[in-house]
Parts: sequence; structure tokens; C-alpha cells
Amino acid sequence: MAQSASKNRNLARRRLIGGLGIAVALACAMIGAVCLLIILGFVIVQGAGALNRDFLTQLPHPVGVPGGGVGNGILGTFIILGIATAMAVPIGLLTGIYLSLFGRGPIPEALRFLSDVLSGVPSIAIGLFAYAVLVAPLKHFSAFSASFAFMMLMLPLLVRTSEQAIRSVPQTVREGALALGMSNFRATVRIVLPTARPAIITALLLAIARVIGETAPLLFTAFGSQFWETNPNNPMAVLALQVFTYAISPYPNWQAQAWAGALLLIGAVFVLSLGARLMLRRAMRGLEA
Amino acid sequence: MENAGPQFRRVARFVSPADRGFAAIVYAGSILFALLIVGLFVELVLGSWPSIVKFGPGFIFSSSWDPITSKFGALPMIFGTVMTSLIAIVLAAFIGIMAAVFLADFAPRWLGQPLSFLIELLAAVPSVVYGLWGLFVLSPFMRTTLGPALQHVLGWTPLFSGPILGVGLLTGGIILALMILPTVTAISRDVIAAIPRDLREASMALGSTKWETAMKVVLPAARVGIFGACVLALGRALGETIAVTMVIGNRPEISSSLFAPSYTLASVIANEFTEATTSIYISALIELGLILFLVSMVVNALARLMIWSVRGSERV
Amino acid sequence: MIRSLRRCCFSLAVVAAMTLPAAAATQLTGAGSSFDYPFFSKAFYVYNQKNPDVTVNYQSIGSGGGIAQFSARNVDFGATDVPMNAGELTRAPGTVLQIPVTLGGAAIAYNLPGVTTMHLTRQVLADIYLGKILKWNDPQIAKLNKGVNLPDMSIVVVHRSDGSGTSYIFTDFLSHVSADWKSKVGTGKSVSWPAPSSVGAKGTEGVAGQVKSTPGAIGYVEMAYVVENNMTAVLLQNKAGKWVACTPDTVAAAAASKPEVSATNFSIVDSAAAGAYPISGYSWVVVYKKPTDRAKELYDVLSWLVGPQGQANAKSVDYVPLPRNVQEAAAATLRQMQR
Repeated sequence: MAQSASKNRNLARRRLIGGLGIAVALACAMIGAVCLLIILGFVIVQGAGALNRDFLTQLPHPVGVPGGGVGNGILGTFIILGIATAMAVPIGLLTGIYLSLFGRGPIPEALRFLSDVLSGVPSIAIGLFAYAVLVAPLKHFSAFSASFAFMMLMLPLLVRTSEQAIRSVPQTVREGALALGMSNFRATVRIVLPTARPAIITALLLAIARVIGETAPLLFTAFGSQFWETNPNNPMAVLALQVFTYAISPYPNWQAQAWAGALLLIGAVFVLSLGARLMLRRAMRGLEA
Repeated sequence: MENAGPQFRRVARFVSPADRGFAAIVYAGSILFALLIVGLFVELVLGSWPSIVKFGPGFIFSSSWDPITSKFGALPMIFGTVMTSLIAIVLAAFIGIMAAVFLADFAPRWLGQPLSFLIELLAAVPSVVYGLWGLFVLSPFMRTTLGPALQHVLGWTPLFSGPILGVGLLTGGIILALMILPTVTAISRDVIAAIPRDLREASMALGSTKWETAMKVVLPAARVGIFGACVLALGRALGETIAVTMVIGNRPEISSSLFAPSYTLASVIANEFTEATTSIYISALIELGLILFLVSMVVNALARLMIWSVRGSERV
Repeated sequence: MIRSLRRCCFSLAVVAAMTLPAAAATQLTGAGSSFDYPFFSKAFYVYNQKNPDVTVNYQSIGSGGGIAQFSARNVDFGATDVPMNAGELTRAPGTVLQIPVTLGGAAIAYNLPGVTTMHLTRQVLADIYLGKILKWNDPQIAKLNKGVNLPDMSIVVVHRSDGSGTSYIFTDFLSHVSADWKSKVGTGKSVSWPAPSSVGAKGTEGVAGQVKSTPGAIGYVEMAYVVENNMTAVLLQNKAGKWVACTPDTVAAAAASKPEVSATNFSIVDSAAAGAYPISGYSWVVVYKKPTDRAKELYDVLSWLVGPQGQANAKSVDYVPLPRNVQEAAAATLRQMQR
């Protein structure tokens, strides 16, 4: 009897600790969410006033001339991100495939190590690298060099997650393909990759979210512009760069536009993440079937 | 989700020219990836060579940063970078992992999904917005409320003594923690959720409470993935530039107080590179970038060593 | 996989299609000083409206960046707060012409609750930045502000953490008024600030933000900023003994007191003129005597910029137009361009 009473006391104490632990964990989750809401609220209060159709479609106006917008920055962001993605996805995917197939050994380990190191290099150093490779020799700034810098920023995330995604495809799927006589590489490309596609796309969207707000590498690569530009060989306006330039200027209407631009950037990532989740949910359903 | 790695070595066969061609493309992609990173390192070394030659290893241990007399030393900046990143990862790891445990195992769907989403959105906020918010909201808050409160409770330690300006190491660390929190939380949550259900059920069948299961069974099982998340997050913290430079006070000085202004390697480069005109100045700044690259390498190497010693041959 | 390959090829094709030759308009590029950026953005906008086939793309990447890009011939002209020195001129691949394009001043903003006017002499200001005067109720400050209730607060000295022309003008001024500053610190865009309480902030916005949110802070900000944001600024006693605020008129008076300004003799700080503001300076544009192309368009834009029509845009963005004689000297220098 005494034993079971003390066991009950013990259980009650463990349950209490458990309850406290869950409360702490909940608080931690709430901290993150609340901080985001505070920051978002601040940005909205400062910038919502400047968001209108003109802002989205017009070229920047100088100080003192009302109106104007970041239309060219939005276009430039699309173009530069598009080219960066077109370069980062093949390299990242191929490296991920290599790592997933030849997992052990010094060379794959070295590649993984290099990838982790790259993720820690400051974006400004990568911008300098892009400058040294693509701007200085060609003697002019270009959107392409900015895409190169963005590609380097996106690669570590893509390499790591595509390797994980390929490895987490169930063994049965791969073995089925092999049993049908496929070679390993064909099995990977035709069967395993499409199954891993949703996770890879999520990684891609995360990588885009990572670079869309980067300013430092753009200073010596895309250079910026006040005009419409579609040629990636020329300097181009980028939204993140405009936000930065306006935000640290002394003029209130430029500052409001900076906040509105920041709101656009956050909104873009919001939409992309939402899209990623929906895609992932649909793919999960597909796998279960 | 078995680890499919080792088996393929034995099974990989190149049965046709098409496969050989594809294998070649895969190798080419990986080699290109490696070349890019090596190229980055080489460029950094080339750019900092004049400074390396002139200042030698003393650069790392010297404390002065005087562009007028061309006397450059990186020690205060290394200190600032390491301290802010340390504060950031300690805060973000605790809050992030706790939050991940909650979101993966305890949160009902109606609460878990929106909370996850909000935390991930922290990653979408541009760096300059963090910097401005830090300058206009966080640092006054630190100066008027949080700082004095901490000093009241912990002021007897040298860490929390000294004048509170609002900007400083602690504010920089907090901003960084917010910026890397989504990385830690999202990846940890995914890793924890992927732990097979039978492990949890076995633990509870043996009489553990849900919380004990989470702390003593699930978390250790997810240790490797969570660690990887922290390493990624730490990398981001080391290299963050613009947000930190706006709230750290930019004073190249080593101080024992967390409230004191400081300076980081990335901030110096961002602040002074565009205006640097003499070649030795530019070289010194690029050498700071090289040091940052090397710090990132050392941190990653240490992390891997730790993981290998703990888990034996398990790959990170 | 085939589908994604097709998608890849498609996007590559789109990229290729976009690299078609640009429109017929001429685009000139300039880079450099962020101090000039607001003035340039207004002036070049107005110029483009009058001359629709010429566009000028100016980006503020900093004076050092501007000189570097100009020397590498990546841009048509550079803009810098400090003219290129002899070393930089020899490194440039051609003869360089340097012309002043605008004027500005650095106001001293401060944050002291309840104190709406503050008088400081040049020496006291220098001592504050040297770290010799540490509190607001120091007798040296109290002596200048009789009747003002100065609180017992530490002075937090704020400066620019990024290299900037405004820092150059300010340190140049401090070197002129204090031998101590000149020997210990010197003049430059980035210096080693000696005051124990100094805090660096990025950009003018950073300094202004820091001053606004820290009671007891003092910092130097561009005149445009103080005007646009209604900040309280210090009244300085200039060399002639008069108390002046930083306004377009006082800055213009400082410029007018040195009509023979040139790229080798450009400092106008600590002027002895009666109504002059002591912390003022020019900003410069550098261009090649023999540009590789578009020389005529370049000459037209720059001579318009330093002429009365271009300079008329300065006031609307809180910048100070060049004095008449300086405009003419600049125009004469430009005429040396081979176009």
C-alpha cells in the first residue's frame, strides 16, 4: 500500500514536471510567433500607407517629386532570381545526387564540409567574389553577376536538402526499380527524384526566401538602376537594394517607400511558403496512395 | 526511412553509355560545386595577400583599427563575432528546440500549423528591416526596460555590469537569435516529426509520460538532425552583416560586459569597404573576410568532431 | 527529368532573347558618394525630362567605390566627397578632371530632454569628441549656456561607423580647431574615435536614429536630415565669434569665403567669414578628359549640372547651390574635355 502511494506521488510529480515542461515549450513557440507579429506590425504601420498601384508599377521618383515606385526593382528581382535558380538547381541537385549515391568516403565528406562552410560565408564576401569573377574582367556591372552571387548563397541549402530528400525516399521504391533491371543511376533519375521532388521544391523556395532580402552582394554586382531593364548583361534595379537605399536616407517619403518595399518582400516569401506547403501536402497525399 | 547510403557502393553499375554519360554529368556538377567554393577561398587569399604579408599573424591578435595610420588588427572584431554568435545560438537553440518539441509532439493541429508558419516567416524579414527595428524598437527597450532588469538581478557579474546604452553585444545577439530561430525551429521540428512513431509508443508503453518520452527518447534520437540545424543556423549568425551593424554600436573594443558596444568582422567589411581607397586598407578588409571564412571552417570542423565522437560512425 | 530539362532550355532561351540590344537612348552611368545621391536623383530626373534620349544611372556605392569603378572604367563618371589625391590620379588610366558639384554642411544634433537650445564653441565640441568632456553639466558647457538647466547626464558620442564624406568634413574641422585631435586622430572618412563613450552608427539614418533614441547623445548629421526631420541642433560659434546654425545660407557663406577652391585646395571648414558655418564642404565629380565614348552627352549633362539650371534643383532637396564664381570655374574645367 505504501509503495503504491509513493508511486502515485511519484507519478503526480512527474506529471507536474511534464506539465511545466509543456508550458515552457509552448512559451518558446509563442515567443517566436509574437516577435514576428511585433516586427510585422511595425513594418505594416510604417509602410502600408505607401503601398498602392503606383508603387508597384512605376519607376522611382527623386526626392520631392511625389509618387514613384519600385516597379523596376520588382522586375529585376524576378529576372535575377530566375537566372540564379536556373543555375543553382542543376548544380545543387547533381551534387545532392552524387552525395546520396556515394555517401561514405573522404571525397563526399569533404564536399559536405565545403557546403557547410559556404553557408557560413558572409554574403558580402560572396559579392566580392562575384565582382572579381564577373564584373572586374568584363568591366561592367550586370544582373548576371548578381545571379551568380545569389546562386552561391542558395547552393548549400539545395545540396543538403536534396541529398536528404533523395535518401528519405523509401528503400522499397528504389529496390523495386532495381529489381526491374534498371541501373542505379536510371533508378535515381526516373523514379527516386520525382518522388523526392516536393521536398526539393520546398528547399528551393526556402533558398529563394533566403536570398530575396539580401543587399550586400548586390552593391558590387547588380549595381542598381532607376530605369526599366531586361538585359541581364546590364546593371539592374533590385527591390532589396532599393529598400536598403531608401531606408537609410533622410527623407520621410523615401523611408515610407522602404517600409512598403520590405512589406512586399515579406509578402513574397509568405506567398512562396504557402505555395510550398500546399504542394507538399498534395504530394504527401500522392505518396500515401 | 533507412539510411540507404552504404549499399549503393556495391550496387552501382554503369550498364550503358547513357548511364556513363549521366554519371559524368553528376560528377561534373559536383566538381563545379567544389571548384566554386575553392575559387572563393583562393580569391579571398589573393585579395588579402598584401595585408597578410604586411601584418602577418599579428593581425589576428592586434587590437587597433586605425585607417588613418594604416594600423589594422582584427582581435576585437573576432571577439564581437564570436560573442554575438554564441549568444544567438544559445538563445535560439534553447527556444528553437523547445518550440520544435512543442510543435511536433504536443501542439494540436489548429495551433501548431499557424505557429509554425509564423516562426518560419521570421526568415523572410529582410536584414535591413531587422536592423531598423532593432535600432528603433529593441535598443530603446533594452536601454529602458530589459537592460536595467537584467542588471538588477545579475549586475554582480561582470557580464551584466556597466553602462547600458541600448546598442551593444547583447542587443546584437538577440537580433541574431531572432534571425536564426526559424532555421533551428523548422528543421528541428521536421527531424523530430520524422522519428518513427513506434519509438514513442514503446517508451510510453514502459510507463513514461509524454514529456519524458519527448525529452529522454525522442530528442536524443533526433540529436544528429537537430545538431545539423544548429550548425546551419550558426553559420548564418556568423556571416550576418547589416542587421548586426545597426545595433552593435560599432566600437572596436573588447569588454567584459554584454551591454558594451562591440564590432563584428562582417560589420567592418560592410561599413568600410565601399569607402576604402588605399590598397592596404582594402586588403586588410578582405583579410577580415578570409578570417570569417576560416572561423566558419573551424566551427564546422569542431562540430563534426563532436558529432563523430558522440555517434561513432553515424554521418551528420 | 526530361520535362525539367525542357523547362531549363526554355528559360535559357528566354534569357538569350532578353540580351537583345538595348533601346536607342544613351545611358550614362555614374557611381560614388551617397551624400550626392538625393541631389543627383533630382537633377538627373529633371535633365531626362528635358532630354528624353539621355538617361543617367547614378548609384551611391560610396566615394571609395566610385573612385575604384571610375578608375576601372566601369562607369562614365565618379562622385566623391574628397577629391582624388595624387596617388589615385596616377593610378587612373587617363587624365582626370575634378569639378565641385554641390555643397553641404554637417549639423550637430543632440538629445537632451528639456533643453531646446545649446551653444557650443568649436573647442568644446572638439573636447567632447576627444573624450575630455564627459558630462553635459560640465562647467565648460554650463559657461556657454547660462540659465539653462543642464542635467547630470553622460555624453554619448555618436559617429558614423561607415566610411563617409560627412565624417571627413567633420574630422577635417576638428583637426583645424584642435591640435590634439590633429595629432591623435587626424582627418579621414573612417578614423579611430577616441572618446570612451563613442558609438558608431551606420548611415545618417543610423546616427540620427541613435541620437533620437538615446538621451544624452550628440552626433553629426547632414543638414538635409536635420531640416527634413526637425531635429534639434547645436548653435556653433564660428571663427568670427558669431553663433551660427547649420542652414543653406550659412553653408553658402562658408563657400563664398573661399572663391579659389580647387581639387588640391578644397577645404572650407572653420571659415573666418562672419555668417559662415564652420562644418561645410564640397562634393566632387570626376570625369576623364578623354572619355572613351559618349563624350558629348557626358559633357552636356555635367556642364548643365554645374550651371545655374542644374544647381537650381539643389534647394528643393535641402542642398546648397554652388556660388556663382565656383560654377563658372567648374564650367571652365569641363571645357577641357575632348568631345
